[in-house]
Amino acid sequence: MVPEAEFTSYYGRPILKASPWQDDIPAYLFLGGLAGGSALLGAGADLSRRPALRRASRLGALGAIGLSFAALVHDLGRPSRFVNMLRVAKPTSPMSVGTWILTAFGPCVGIAAAAEVPRLVPRPLRGLVRRAARPAGLAAAALGPAVASYTAVLIADTSTPTWHESYRELPFVFVGSAAAASGGFGMLLAPVAEAGPARRSAVGGALLELAASQRMETSAGLAAEPLHTGRAGALLRASQALTLAGAVGTLLGGRSRPLAAASGAALLAGSACTRFGIFHAGQESARDPKYTVVPQRERMAERGD
Amino acid sequence: MARMGFFTDTSVCIGCKACEVACKEWNGVPDDGFDLLGSSYDNTGGLGASTWRHVAFIEQPAKANGDFRWLMESDVCKHCTHAACLDVCPTGSLFRTEFGSVVVQDDICNGCGYCVPACPFGVIDRRSGGTAVKNGGLAQKCTLCYDRLGAGMTPACAQTCPTESIQFGDIDELRARADARLRELHESGVAEAQLYGHDPDDGIGGAGAMFLLLDEPETYGLPPDPVVTTRDLPDMWKRAALAAVAMAAGVLGAFAGRRG
Repeated sequence: MVPEAEFTSYYGRPILKASPWQDDIPAYLFLGGLAGGSALLGAGADLSRRPALRRASRLGALGAIGLSFAALVHDLGRPSRFVNMLRVAKPTSPMSVGTWILTAFGPCVGIAAAAEVPRLVPRPLRGLVRRAARPAGLAAAALGPAVASYTAVLIADTSTPTWHESYRELPFVFVGSAAAASGGFGMLLAPVAEAGPARRSAVGGALLELAASQRMETSAGLAAEPLHTGRAGALLRASQALTLAGAVGTLLGGRSRPLAAASGAALLAGSACTRFGIFHAGQESARDPKYTVVPQRERMAERGD
Repeated sequence: MARMGFFTDTSVCIGCKACEVACKEWNGVPDDGFDLLGSSYDNTGGLGASTWRHVAFIEQPAKANGDFRWLMESDVCKHCTHAACLDVCPTGSLFRTEFGSVVVQDDICNGCGYCVPACPFGVIDRRSGGTAVKNGGLAQKCTLCYDRLGAGMTPACAQTCPTESIQFGDIDELRARADARLRELHESGVAEAQLYGHDPDDGIGGAGAMFLLLDEPETYGLPPDPVVTTRDLPDMWKRAALAAVAMAAGVLGAFAGRRG
């Protein structure tokens, strides 16, 4: 245990403001990862002729991106002004960059998914959708990893101590979590004969997530403390257990349908817990002035101020 | 146009809160509750969506005569040279004016709230209350009285300050004035006097609102070493790109293995 740091504050009040974001945002982080990973799996399944995995992944990607878009708009103070995001393109604003990535990603995912449910497509468009599905799916796959990783920059590019101080590892935690979730989703819905790539991707993602999270603990210093306490700590412990159990289950029983489904569900739940845990740890780190003052004082002492 | 801003000299602040009132009145800022906070004479709490000037009150045992001293400080948006709120705003609602100040355009902001955790001082916030409240759901903060500046007037808080604790003017001139005041206080034995936000080489490129403090910044609820988060953004994008490539390679690589 780290000894209790001594610091001065103004009546113990926060210096920073925690983000005004509700649970919409961690849900968005999770769903964006699931969508990005599923777009990749869908394109891979398409090219390697695995129709059931392709179908599950494409439809999963569309569902996830649709829900994440709804979460994003719902969280705005003025949802009716969502389109104001499209009046500028700003590389200094990860939210602006993300909006444009999603604007390109969404329609591609939509076309690829539409080809899976031709009866829902208006008759005159069916031929077009069928021909466009593969190129659209490949474009979605090209953008998918960006959808999964940019959200790490989105939260790291703030003054919120836990998010900012973990900016080096956070993109790796997030893409690992995304690969685990989308792999888990594929295992849940596709038959084991086709789900091999989903299993490998899930295990690889889970290992990357666990390893990057470990590294984040050490490099974030004092700002890593909220990752262990309270609600965030409980969520992240659950995430670790679920991710580990899902990965082990996949390795040992991935070829059994019930075990594959259970492991897939565990990986999905683990990924969601990761995002909610990191989100709430950041919120907590902004509310306690300790995480603002102590690291800044240490930084000043190192500089010799 | 010269860059304009504030120099708040807390050594002459008397804690009258006229700045808080003048700001609310001029800018039509709605009330955000009447609470007794139990923190000396401060029942305002801190800067926020509906508090653009905040007077801090700190009661301390004095170091010199064993009695007690009262610190008062009128806090305000720092109008940073490198402003994180402005950098991260995805709609372009936050912009830099011809006076060098940072202002929210109310008709553009969509209330995404990104500027709120971006600010290293915890100044800007999203106003609650939805559309029932003026500018509800939007990010709100000090505008350096942009409307008054346009008409050649002084911001309401500085105009009303009875002791000239809040001084408004050309930033270069204010910096010189702050240096002179610091020297004067040091010479008269107030060794703890220090300037805050005056250094153009600090983590935010210097503030458009600087302060003379009589204790460490955190005593007043100010961060001791604020840094604009976007300073690390190029590195963040690099790492995110690396992670994205790793993910693409990993997931597509999973298809390369044995069938099944």
